[in-house]
Amino acid sequence: MSDRISESTTATPGVVDCDIHPTVSTMSELNPYLTDRWKLHMREYGSNFRAAFASAMVYPRYNRDGGSRMDARPPSGAPAGADLPFMRQQHLDPNRVDYGVLQPLRPNGIGIRNQAFGESLTAAVNEWQIGNWLGMEGRLKGSLMLTREDPAAALREIDRHGGNPDFVQMSVLPHGLEPLGRQRYWPIFEAAEALGKPLGVHVGGVSGMAPTSAGWCSFYVEEHHSKCEAMQSLVTSMVIEGVFERFPKLRVVLIEGGFVWVPSLCWRLDKHWQHLKSEVPHLKRPPSEYVREHFWYTSQPIEEPEDPRHMLDAMDWVGWDKILFSTDYPHWDFDDPKFAFARLRLTPEQHRMLFRDNAMNLYGLR
Amino acid sequence: MPQRYVVAKVDEIPAGGSKAVTVAHREIAIFNLDGAYFALLNRCPHEGGPLCKGRRTSLVQSKRPGTYDVSRPGEMLRCPWHGWEFDIRTGRSYCDPDKVRARAFDVTIEPGQRLVEGPYTAETYPVLLDENYLVVEM
Repeated sequence: MSDRISESTTATPGVVDCDIHPTVSTMSELNPYLTDRWKLHMREYGSNFRAAFASAMVYPRYNRDGGSRMDARPPSGAPAGADLPFMRQQHLDPNRVDYGVLQPLRPNGIGIRNQAFGESLTAAVNEWQIGNWLGMEGRLKGSLMLTREDPAAALREIDRHGGNPDFVQMSVLPHGLEPLGRQRYWPIFEAAEALGKPLGVHVGGVSGMAPTSAGWCSFYVEEHHSKCEAMQSLVTSMVIEGVFERFPKLRVVLIEGGFVWVPSLCWRLDKHWQHLKSEVPHLKRPPSEYVREHFWYTSQPIEEPEDPRHMLDAMDWVGWDKILFSTDYPHWDFDDPKFAFARLRLTPEQHRMLFRDNAMNLYGLR
Repeated sequence: MPQRYVVAKVDEIPAGGSKAVTVAHREIAIFNLDGAYFALLNRCPHEGGPLCKGRRTSLVQSKRPGTYDVSRPGEMLRCPWHGWEFDIRTGRSYCDPDKVRARAFDVTIEPGQRLVEGPYTAETYPVLLDENYLVVEM
């Protein structure tokens, strides 16, 4: 950690940012971490999302920088998020970020159908995190990206790097071939629980099916909202399948999915469970109790009721200890720590929990 | 009592261009719309994004779903952070024009000859008699 930051922390503590997106300047930045076989494959075939259109998002992002802040492109001309010195200068230093948790979304190998390539590209992205970010900047912590649809490969990746203290969480995407609570994914949960590290679930992924349960939507604004719908489905799936009965120490962080919807989902699940308990006798407690105990939520972007009191109510229901400040830097819906929650007039204690202590506790940071 | 500040030479900002200047400790974004100049506080009223780095776009309106009218090319400014749009001429936002506004200032073009006579605050900006200058009142 730089001297500058240690100085500032002695005055008032800085923040922990639970969602920062690093990216590569060009794909060749991954070459040192790929074998010749996969370098050749990248060069001749490229890497692609499991999506309708190769190398494209299913829905357009609203600006030309692929969803990044227009002012976040570094002077070098590299893509936003690809330049560590500029990230320090634009974000980590001025926003007094004591720790930032990385979520590398592009590139990643975690959604690639070719299993051997997916495993190799995922491993390369994880080693690139270590080599180009975590080893260069002590304030940054990593998310170990995992191939959710290939749990055996995910376990090999956890064997390689799960014990590295610079990786503070395991990471999978919410859109998958099946809802996240299904038993085919349990080996990943078992490993995360054994390591004592949370499972981070950042919005995204392509299931191959429509992003909403009502079908294919027309507009980006609709698709953007479908991220919450996916989060609700995976919370429901993990709870009802009995994941938390089987893995009682598993902690899950929902990243960029909001949280004001959590109370109503819990009310509804509890109501159904009262009548339908006998279908799921493996559940020993009301669904809301598993949710309250096992899920954390990052703060950006969130639903914002017009009346700040309603937001405070929602936060009471969700739990003040479960909300983690995040900026989403350098993406376009970035939240500045000076403005996030500003309308709520938080008490100093609430402020400290949201902006720092909850994340320090969850991720075991000091 | 508002003061007037010399902020730039007229030809420093081409048509369609913009420039951020610091006046009395405040950052102001100056825009050139085909020879007419406008100034906004370089700070989005939402979360403080630097407006002068935003993309210029057009006004898009719709009378009913499926029909769209595009007008005033280059006159709407989209904040580089969250994409809130503002009318460069007035600072009024697209989403809530009456309540959410970027602070706007008047800009005039003055010849160097008159500026030297005062009563303007040139700060450190050098003024030549035979050039034209942009003056912001705030």
